[in-house]
Amino acid sequence: MAELRFRNDEALEQPAVTLDGFLQQSNATAVRLEPDEDARLLIPHLDRLALVEIAFPKFRDGRGYSSARILREAGYRGELRAAGDVLVDQIAYMRRCGFDSFLPDAPLDAEAVQASLTFYDHAYQRAADTAVPVWKLRHG
Amino acid sequence: MYKYDQYDQAIVDARVAEFSDQVRRRLAGDITEDQFKPLRLMNGLYLQLHAYMLRVAIPYGTLDSRQMRMLAHIARKYDRDYGHFTTRQNIQYNWIKLEDAPAILADLASVEMHAIQTSGNCIRNISSDQYAGAAADEVADPRPWAELLRQWSTFHPEFSYLPRKFKIAVIASDEDRAAMKLHDIGIQLVTRDGKLGAAFYVGGGMGRTPMVAPLIKDFVPIEDYLSYSEACLRVYNRYGRRDNIYKARIKILIHELGAAEYARQVEEEFAHVKTLGIDPPAAELERISAFFAPPAFDAGAPDSVDRSDPDFAVWLDQNVKPHKQPGYAIVNISLKPVGGIPGDASSAQIDVMADLAERYSFDELRVTHAQNIVLPHVAKRDLYAMWQALVEADLAAPNLDLISDAQKIAQRFADLDRQRTLGELKLKISGCINACGHHHAGHIGILGVDRKGTENYQLLLGGSGAEDTSLGKITGPGFDEDGIVDAVERVTDKYLELREGEERFLDTYRRVGFDPFKEAIYG
Repeated sequence: MAELRFRNDEALEQPAVTLDGFLQQSNATAVRLEPDEDARLLIPHLDRLALVEIAFPKFRDGRGYSSARILREAGYRGELRAAGDVLVDQIAYMRRCGFDSFLPDAPLDAEAVQASLTFYDHAYQRAADTAVPVWKLRHG
Repeated sequence: MYKYDQYDQAIVDARVAEFSDQVRRRLAGDITEDQFKPLRLMNGLYLQLHAYMLRVAIPYGTLDSRQMRMLAHIARKYDRDYGHFTTRQNIQYNWIKLEDAPAILADLASVEMHAIQTSGNCIRNISSDQYAGAAADEVADPRPWAELLRQWSTFHPEFSYLPRKFKIAVIASDEDRAAMKLHDIGIQLVTRDGKLGAAFYVGGGMGRTPMVAPLIKDFVPIEDYLSYSEACLRVYNRYGRRDNIYKARIKILIHELGAAEYARQVEEEFAHVKTLGIDPPAAELERISAFFAPPAFDAGAPDSVDRSDPDFAVWLDQNVKPHKQPGYAIVNISLKPVGGIPGDASSAQIDVMADLAERYSFDELRVTHAQNIVLPHVAKRDLYAMWQALVEADLAAPNLDLISDAQKIAQRFADLDRQRTLGELKLKISGCINACGHHHAGHIGILGVDRKGTENYQLLLGGSGAEDTSLGKITGPGFDEDGIVDAVERVTDKYLELREGEERFLDTYRRVGFDPFKEAIYG
């Protein structure tokens, strides 16, 4: 179960399988992607996925941010979870890349998370969230 | 000059609030130094042996007198009364207390400045041509395009944990005054069939493994500018090496993949990214460009200069460059006086330069990648008065791009006539192997390394950071401090002996090759 969840639907109880396992096993609905695995391999199967968990073995390894956006850009609407070495000050960027649940190795201070999500009212660039980029606010 | 609107200001103010909170949590022990490190690095704060070093962004090297005075104020109030202008068109303060950092960022925000992304594995401050808007050879002013990149890259959610730092330069002329091909991405604005576009060079860099960036795409239509940049970064973020910090820059990825394969992958990613609608409309570029409209030049300004003062004439020939507007000139202020540390300026000197910019240069200054300051728009009739003020402030060293840089060498070559006999000779010195001083790109480069407690200097010949970009070659065994000065002298003597006509050192070197110089040095 994710420690932090930004979804209203029921959380899925099924454990996530590896990418190889998922591609061979047609009935799984939850998959875990390692940093070096290609998110695009999941694109043909998005309609049967309810959970994609993206692993962050080290917080400095930013490949998972691209994996998340690629899945959202391809139309994935299920749960997208960041799991592992996920820090408070990364949640805001991860939300912008499309993550909507978090399973950090170390528990997060809920107040600090809330504060980190409210510092910025605006974003300069379009990403995988609903934020309207500043240039769009300027020009409509 | 770009001016913040309510959105830009709100974002920078929010950063001050966020970082103040992070510092508070660190000082309270809620987060560890390891967790705090990437956060402070994204605010330009390095922990050094004795103090914190703060690096402040000067986007594309452009600032006004109000901002320049704030830099002096920070040096005075929070540091030891001086700042250090860097090769990345930034300024660094070396003696900062962590608890002062939030107040400094707040002071900076009050004049539309910040330290966002001046370090860390993210897209760094965008650099550009220090003569932008003043040079006759540009196809467009590159600064609006640099500003567009600044906004796009600021807090980019996908590219803030890249394999390594990422540096982008934008220029708009064939003459490369920004060492564009020695950046992770070098962009040259070009025109084709009357339309503006961008040539992308990707994978250049200095450091331990210097490389000149190959051309990845010769013409990106300008309306695809950000989408194409995003595609370049995404391929790097996904496939750049993360197993070894020394192999993590994009130059290694491109070296290993090959430029053609990298270009193919970017093209594929671009085809997808272009559908996401991340390129702002033309109206946004027009909005930004309006801030960079040419100042109100006096069309009747006299184009002649009285050269009767010989010291002034020396400075004029060396430090003053032609401007596109008749009656005006570009003035370079050398921050490499004999006996001084390159790039250092005292608070008082920073204030003087701010005053001069306000009075004589339409309130504009530039920081150059050669660590000098440029006043881009000075009326020729004001040059003499301005030079006198510079002399007064000890800022009139007439040695732009001449061989006077590190202190001992500067003393050996202090005789200006001797320097001018040597002509254009770009000497670049790095104090560490990471090439912070761009020694690979100097016509003559020197790398100083500490070897078991004694300084050892390596000599490199034949580098260039201009449009004819090349990397210097190491001559052989290193030297001690006096030895390196002798070696440089032997190289310059050999050059004077071999040179034909108006050849610069670099031209002679390229014509005769490495061996005659090696022979002269080691005999």
